[in-house]
Amino acid sequence: MTALEQTLDTPVPSAPQGLSVQARRVSHAFATKTGQLPVLDDVSFTIEAGEFVALLGPSGCGKSTLLRLLSGLDAPREGKIGADGVRITGPDPSRLLVFQDPTLYPWRSVRQNLAVGLETRGVLKAQKGRIDEILRLVGLEAFADALPHELSGGMAQRAALGRVLVNDPRLLLLDEPLGKLDALTRMTLQEELLKIWQARRFTSVLVTHDVEEALLLAQRILVFSDRPARIIRELAVPLDYPRRREDPVFVALRQEILSGLAPH
Amino acid sequence: MTGIDVARPTAPPLARWTTPPIWSEGLAAALVWIGAGALTLAWPDLTPWARTGLWALLQFALAAPLLALSLAGASWTLTGRLKPAGRWLIALPLALTAWQVLTAKTGILPLPFFPPPQSILEVYTDDAGRLVESVVHSLALLLPGYFSGALFGFAIGVAVGWSKTASYWGHPILRFVGPLPATAWLPVAFFFFPGARSASTFLIALSTLFPVAVLTASGVGSVLSGYYDIARTLGASRSFLIRKVAVPAALPHVFVGLFMGLGASFAVLIVAEMMGVKAGLGWYLQWAQGWAAYANLYGALIIMALLFSGLIGLLFAVRDRVLAWQKGMVRW
Repeated sequence: MTALEQTLDTPVPSAPQGLSVQARRVSHAFATKTGQLPVLDDVSFTIEAGEFVALLGPSGCGKSTLLRLLSGLDAPREGKIGADGVRITGPDPSRLLVFQDPTLYPWRSVRQNLAVGLETRGVLKAQKGRIDEILRLVGLEAFADALPHELSGGMAQRAALGRVLVNDPRLLLLDEPLGKLDALTRMTLQEELLKIWQARRFTSVLVTHDVEEALLLAQRILVFSDRPARIIRELAVPLDYPRRREDPVFVALRQEILSGLAPH
Repeated sequence: MTGIDVARPTAPPLARWTTPPIWSEGLAAALVWIGAGALTLAWPDLTPWARTGLWALLQFALAAPLLALSLAGASWTLTGRLKPAGRWLIALPLALTAWQVLTAKTGILPLPFFPPPQSILEVYTDDAGRLVESVVHSLALLLPGYFSGALFGFAIGVAVGWSKTASYWGHPILRFVGPLPATAWLPVAFFFFPGARSASTFLIALSTLFPVAVLTASGVGSVLSGYYDIARTLGASRSFLIRKVAVPAALPHVFVGLFMGLGASFAVLIVAEMMGVKAGLGWYLQWAQGWAAYANLYGALIIMALLFSGLIGLLFAVRDRVLAWQKGMVRW
């Protein structure tokens, strides 16, 4: 924890500003055996550079699909998606995803997993120091040479987060990254995620179905309907960090969101 | 309360250091080996065998280190390694003795089909040159064929698993031709190739190629899509995706293919040596059968078993190294 704070206190001159995100009338569908399965229905929103936005909605509603579109892994059927006003046409190391499963490469040690982005961009030799810096940042310096199967769920997810942070992403796409962790680990990682975001100023988009998590982390929450996902409401969270769950405004917002999500 | 009482460790016996612990199974095994040797000497053969004395000596020679280990070295690492085999070490001399009694001593099992152990020992002492030569020939035929087949099979498997076009053309061929046992190609191969050696090398390669190709392809095809997604967002090129994601992820499958291919290549090797190549262990079997030399036949089979299981053991040792990152591997 002290190591984390130390690393965070040192300025990061290389860290670029966050990307802004624009989605205009985005619709998407999957081809299935029985026909087209619509997953996104006319979704439009804008995210400011450096903003932390949560996409909140029931499981399987299509939020994760939206993240894949933002990452450039898939292209939308209809509508436009852009970053900093430029249309997204494919994946790019400035926009990186963390999945619910850590999806670490099991044949690579933690350090080698963190090195993947540097390897693909051919800068591994030049930026080797980055790996140690990020290992300290995510608190895994003692596990640098461990294999993924030797890690706990929380440590694996830290490694997965570290693997993208090494590349100084300008847009961090978080697909329920804490969804499978135990409550305690989850709380610690929420705090750390927040600190890293505050220090590095990248734009964060967090997909979650956990109302509290959205309220703890995000400046703004987009609430999605059941599939096909539409934005049914949008609300700002006017609270300073770190937030307290027992804060009356927090409690009121949670109540409000939950009542809105209840089946009609 | 009671739980604490139960959990309390019992004090070590004070007299422990005065009597060194004895590995009782090892001691029993040593005694049985000595008994087997004594019986070999004391009970005269029906018709004297040249190596009966040597056979007895060999059994005494096996008993000696077992005796030393069981009495003195219960804590030695070598003893620790042998310990799990304790009952086998007892059963083995018993079985060998039963075999000897039924053959050399009483003749209940008739010659020439049931040669006694000392006659197989005689094969090893008197025909060692030819056997060593046969092993060398077999390996010289097997290994080039196996490695080239594994290499081509791997390349084909990666292509078929990765590329839609390669899969469209390659997969039906693998499915249609793959089930043919490579030995079925033998007459055709002997016709098309300049010599029996090259034909056999080709067939051994073929028998290895199919399982390796099929397993590699299925391994590449079943790689978690998340592995590709992560690499793609991190800026991976296609070559990176193949070399650094698909291939390492498919390696567990590849090794299953290599294992199956190795088994298939043994079969082709022996048949090829029996049919056309005038050298190697397969040829030795054929030759021994021609002379009704059953002791040579069994002697060669034992060597073959040692050789082949050794090769498979070697493959598994390589796999254990390469796939050390995997959890819960099947042991050979």
